[in-house]
Amino acid sequence: MPNPTYKAIATTTVGAGGTSNIEFTSIPASYTDLVIKLSARSARSATQDFIQININTSASNFSARGIEGNGSTVTSFTDTVFFGAMPGASATASTFGSLEAYIPNYGGSTYKSYLADSVTENNAATAYTELVGGLWSQTSAITSIKLLSATSNNFSQYTTATLYGIVKS
Amino acid sequence: MAAGATYEPIATTTFAGGTASTTFSSIPATYTDLVMVSFLRAGSTSSSYVIRFNSDSGSNYSNTVLYGDGTSPGSNRYSSQTSAYLTYYGFPTTASTFGTIVTHFQNYSNSTANKSFLSRSQNSNSGTDYLAGLWRSTAAINSITIYAGDTFASGSVVTLYGIKAA
Repeated sequence: MPNPTYKAIATTTVGAGGTSNIEFTSIPASYTDLVIKLSARSARSATQDFIQININTSASNFSARGIEGNGSTVTSFTDTVFFGAMPGASATASTFGSLEAYIPNYGGSTYKSYLADSVTENNAATAYTELVGGLWSQTSAITSIKLLSATSNNFSQYTTATLYGIVKS
Repeated sequence: MAAGATYEPIATTTFAGGTASTTFSSIPATYTDLVMVSFLRAGSTSSSYVIRFNSDSGSNYSNTVLYGDGTSPGSNRYSSQTSAYLTYYGFPTTASTFGTIVTHFQNYSNSTANKSFLSRSQNSNSGTDYLAGLWRSTAAINSITIYAGDTFASGSVVTLYGIKAA
């Protein structure tokens, strides 16, 4: 019988006043893949904000391609450290967006890729859904991951992020 | 803490290079859903990636895809296919660069409904896509065969997980 394989490594819940970033450090090398699940809202004075990723404290050597739908149009874009979207302070109150990201082979010696899909929520005509494929062109094992607002705003209180480790056997 | 025994590896294939297909057989019916995680690089040319269930090569597969290459988004529909796509852009050939495809198969062992799946993928050389698939069969899925248009490069890995409801 296989062993359980989907294990929570760490969870962060943002407290009063918000925080400028969420960081998972000292990620153990004992898993095969990583999954991040994020329930997030930004303090940005807009209906949405965007999330960036840094790996091993680096914001360099990233490339990403994404597709986005906003309820009326679909676009495709390129970026560097883009990770996803979340509601801003002007979105419907008490409403958080959802993001799930899969990071395979994070301890391997090849370049690190990720696949992240996210949605903003808002009781209005426009809300966003995003699918982003990213590449960090470095061969180092991933030991830390930082998430931050692309507009340098805070994650709002009650934002939660959990990092899971997946073991194949 | 740990999510318990709800997410379990069923089988993993690690490719040594030169192989164009592999089969996960004797899939137990004891789970609710399946998830397949593919970490792939192509052997020589940018490669398609398709799937068949229970060795069915009939024209019983269809796909709907939403894709974007960084500039132009689009959508395509493929019907009455002899296999189903798992990604629109395939997977890369660049050294050290692997594509990620995560595929969910819902209610795979029921015997009353056709089987559907949802795949999300990224190919850093080409683009990103959502892809929905259908196998028009009410048979329980007991085997999955995946095919590369070219070959799976050395270091490529595919793992099949079972997910249990409470």
